[in-house]
Amino acid sequence: MAVQTSINPAVIKRTKSGKINIKSGNKIDLVVKWTLWILTLLTILAFFFFNYTGLQIERAFTETLYNLRVMFLEPALSHFSWAEAFYQVAVTLGLGVLATIFGAIIAFFLALMAAENLSKPWLSKTVRIFVAFIRAVPTVLWVLIFAIAAGLGSEAAVLGMLFHSVAYLVKAFSESIEEVDPGILEALRATGSNWWHIVVHGVLPSTFTYLLSWTFLRFEINFSVAVAMGAAAGAGGIGFELFMASGFYFDLREVGLITYLILIIAIILEFISTKLKDRYFPSTVKN
Amino acid sequence: MNEKIMRKKKLQLTFVFLIIIAATYLSSAVTEYNLFESVATIPAAFAWIFSNLIITQEALERLPDILEKLNETIFMSIAATTIAAVFSLFLALMGSKTTKANNILSVIARFVASLSRNIPVVAWSLILLISFGQNSVTGFLALFVATLGFLTRAFIESIDEADQKSVEALTATGATYFQIVSKAVIPQSLPQMISWILFMIETNIRSATLVGILTGTGIGYMFDLYYKNLNYNIVALITLTIVVAVIAIELISTRIRKVIL
Repeated sequence: MAVQTSINPAVIKRTKSGKINIKSGNKIDLVVKWTLWILTLLTILAFFFFNYTGLQIERAFTETLYNLRVMFLEPALSHFSWAEAFYQVAVTLGLGVLATIFGAIIAFFLALMAAENLSKPWLSKTVRIFVAFIRAVPTVLWVLIFAIAAGLGSEAAVLGMLFHSVAYLVKAFSESIEEVDPGILEALRATGSNWWHIVVHGVLPSTFTYLLSWTFLRFEINFSVAVAMGAAAGAGGIGFELFMASGFYFDLREVGLITYLILIIAIILEFISTKLKDRYFPSTVKN
Repeated sequence: MNEKIMRKKKLQLTFVFLIIIAATYLSSAVTEYNLFESVATIPAAFAWIFSNLIITQEALERLPDILEKLNETIFMSIAATTIAAVFSLFLALMGSKTTKANNILSVIARFVASLSRNIPVVAWSLILLISFGQNSVTGFLALFVATLGFLTRAFIESIDEADQKSVEALTATGATYFQIVSKAVIPQSLPQMISWILFMIETNIRSATLVGILTGTGIGYMFDLYYKNLNYNIVALITLTIVVAVIAIELISTRIRKVIL
């Protein structure tokens, strides 16, 4: 009987021309296909929405190639000294460190509230919605908004960068906390430990290395954010020097040197975080 | 024995905390950051936000202009991401261990990706601004270059993670390189790649605001303009529209991801 049903012609799907359909369409393929088509369509449409004022594409490309050659082959400092350059890099790194560390501390407590195995469902949901809202506002807007209240400077920059660091780390931390072995929590609860005991003796020891790795991964991001804030929000550091060199002095050699400095630090940070990822997160790490 | 391990762990923990405290102190000194001052400004900052960042009727009249610029920014990020994804796919195929044609091309592909991803998008936009001028193409190219590096790395990871058995099976049947890539490698890693593309679109809309402030295009320019004119009601409205756009795109991509992964 079973054999009969499997060769029943009504069951076999055929195309319009009568050929047997060998590709059984499933939902995944359909969604993948539609996503790709829509993205292609939107991309084509995008070029009609662009604003092309004052663009001479051929000249722009040749000029940019020439500029890139000058930047990368003849880097030089002219408006400030090497000591000053290193100091500005240190300022940018410092902004990144401060935003990351304060962000990690705040995020740890919020993550305890957001983790489903330690918190109540309504609290967890509230924290998640709050974090999603914070993440949707671009960092530069946070920095600019705080700059009005706190004045331009490192305070506004750190506060503004803090928001995104917290949002990113709450997500990462709460996922790490949710992976803690439920047996550990149950054992501690059975002994009558209160919530703090569970956090200090159960959650913290088993997640500490993960939390530290995530914090470092965020530091890598915060370095480039700090460069951006220097350039776009006047937060100081090497980003501001980059902005001055390209926007005010039009000194391509200096832009080249600053880009090299940023590139070297970024590659070192990326190297360390790749090592950390390979060691602690064997599968792909996603934001 | 157990006690020894515990003691060692405690020592390590103390060491980590000491490093963190030292790093915080050093960074505060270098950046002239004052923790107490900054904590003190937080209530004032929030009081300011709640009393000034209010959307008024007057601000709402500017909504069509704002939406037009927002539209431009969203389209710019999508176009930059999709086109970068196409190029990244080729770079990733060249760079990945499973599909590389030869070692030299692989090194070149990885080098190009590393260069374009580690130079921040700010630097790219400032460099491009010099000759491209204030228009959407500058922002588009800056986002394109930064996305290219990131997606190439992500795609290489997706390709390397895919199951090797089907590649081996096709090699055994005598399939050509292009047949192996199109029938075994891409179908397996495509859902993962789409997930990365969607993630990058979300990220790029936020980056596009930043790039817009620097290159004078899109919603970023609009924000900067009203921010400098101290017209905070419109600033609030612009921020809100960005938030709504980003959250909407996040929700759509979460739904797509749930189906395909």
